[in-house]
Amino acid sequence: MRQRALVARPGVWLVWAVMIFFLVNLAGVVAAVVVNSFSTRWFGSWWPAGLTGHHYADAWKEFALFDVLKVTLQVSLAVVVISALIGVPAAYALARRDFPGKRLVTLAFLLPIMVPPIAYGIPLATVLYKFHLGGTMWGVILANLVPSVPFVVLTMTPFIEQIDSKIEAAARMCGANTRAIFTTVLLPLLVPGVLAASILVLVRTVGMFELTFLTAGPSSQTLVVTLYYSMSAAGIRAPQAVDAMAVIYTLSMLVLLVIALRFVNPTQLVTRVGEQRERAE
Amino acid sequence: MTSALAEATPERLALRHRLAERGIDRVLLLLLPGVAFVVALFLYPFLYGLGLSFQPKQGGGPFANYQRFFAEPYLRDTIWITLRLGLPAALINVLASVPIAYRMRGPVRGKRLITTILVVPITLGTVLTAEGIIQYFGPAGWFNKVLRALHLTDGAVPLIQNYWGVLFSLIISGFPFAFLLTTSYLSGIDPSLEKAASVLGAGWWQRFRHITFPLLSPGLAMTFCLTFVLAFSVFPSAILVGDPSRTTHVISIAAVHASNEQYDYSMGSTIAMIMAVVMLIVIAIVLTWRGRMYRGATGGKG
Repeated sequence: MRQRALVARPGVWLVWAVMIFFLVNLAGVVAAVVVNSFSTRWFGSWWPAGLTGHHYADAWKEFALFDVLKVTLQVSLAVVVISALIGVPAAYALARRDFPGKRLVTLAFLLPIMVPPIAYGIPLATVLYKFHLGGTMWGVILANLVPSVPFVVLTMTPFIEQIDSKIEAAARMCGANTRAIFTTVLLPLLVPGVLAASILVLVRTVGMFELTFLTAGPSSQTLVVTLYYSMSAAGIRAPQAVDAMAVIYTLSMLVLLVIALRFVNPTQLVTRVGEQRERAE
Repeated sequence: MTSALAEATPERLALRHRLAERGIDRVLLLLLPGVAFVVALFLYPFLYGLGLSFQPKQGGGPFANYQRFFAEPYLRDTIWITLRLGLPAALINVLASVPIAYRMRGPVRGKRLITTILVVPITLGTVLTAEGIIQYFGPAGWFNKVLRALHLTDGAVPLIQNYWGVLFSLIISGFPFAFLLTTSYLSGIDPSLEKAASVLGAGWWQRFRHITFPLLSPGLAMTFCLTFVLAFSVFPSAILVGDPSRTTHVISIAAVHASNEQYDYSMGSTIAMIMAVVMLIVIAIVLTWRGRMYRGATGGKG
């Protein structure tokens, strides 16, 4: 009780006031889009003239959202599976072995996260077009893998470090071969970590604008990029339909985030990543 | 080679053994796909871009693109415009998340709810944020309506299609990350250190200033860098909410414009390289500052 009394100062109220001001405005920003997506006509007044749901149907048809969502899903799932297949073994090697040049390898995995996506996205897109991969679904998948593989490596390394290596040694003593150790000992222990990293990669990939924007062609756009084009080409379509699509995007991201939060404690995972980054400098 | 290794097979085994002692064995093969991937899809394109930036499309010496970038005010100023957006945004996000995270450390009622609400903006995405800012902060939006109803202003305060709209959007998208990182760094500091200081009679400010802040500052530097990376590569919001041809003509717009609209991949790569260099300079400055601070155990799990 004494502790609470000690810290309850005007500063505390200021913190709460600033936070509430931020949250109220944030709610306003979100509500403005949601209300507009349901409005018949809204111009200059406090509340739209009438409410309707037909913009969602329009958006679904006009923007071919089914195809866009299909592409988004295909790209994200491919990125998740491939980045886990490449990243988890690498994380295992980094976690279990100390070898000359380890810092260099860690730095190589760190750079794609520290350099802004546009800065490496433009040369990457040029290279992908040179190999005739630009504008295709595989180009988008490869581009999105660039930050995802290092992300899996950097989140999984601390996770594997905390699995006691004596367990593997014990299994080997009991006569298990490498394959048996992997399938019956390591894999079950790795599943929670892999699941957590995969869901975060999924959220990142669905939300990744820059790299997809730079590498996608007309038939390989994900939802974010379609949204961007529909908004930057404003005037052609009803803004309400764009808003409806934005709401659909946010709802799907929200579902993903809620699922992610069920499996991961975000602060803990971030700590691990952060520490890893610090150590790697 | 010693005489004990004279036979053929033991020598091979010994080499493998010696390598294994230095940590090199077959497990490292697992690293190969990952390293090959980073080399092929990150390092190679990056170096390719670097090479391309020295082969200007319009001819001239190898540095012609760089000379053009720094000679044309319209291009040169993008660095300054981007820094003017990115630095305050990163600073505000970090500085705002410290007191909130500090408050959320102890047993606060509704902690989980507040954390969730603060993290939810991650799901909004640039376009919904942009649309929302335009409608909410626009001249006929709710924000300006409330200001006028309270007689705080006469006309509409211009908050969109300029610097402020982009800054808001950067704060909305960057704050959740800064908050999550700061919270996790704070949770890594042993609370008994502060309790000890409290027992010795330190007030909250003294405890924060001399105990928590020095322990937190490495984490804050890292948080600042990561938030700055996000803010520095601002692209969609600068176009959608900003004034992309003048006051928010940020460096990524210039880069995409050169490569995607003028099809001058050489110039696009040049601007991308300049972007990476500016980014690394800022990170280096922050980390140098951080290196002069206290480095040591934080006492907790971190």
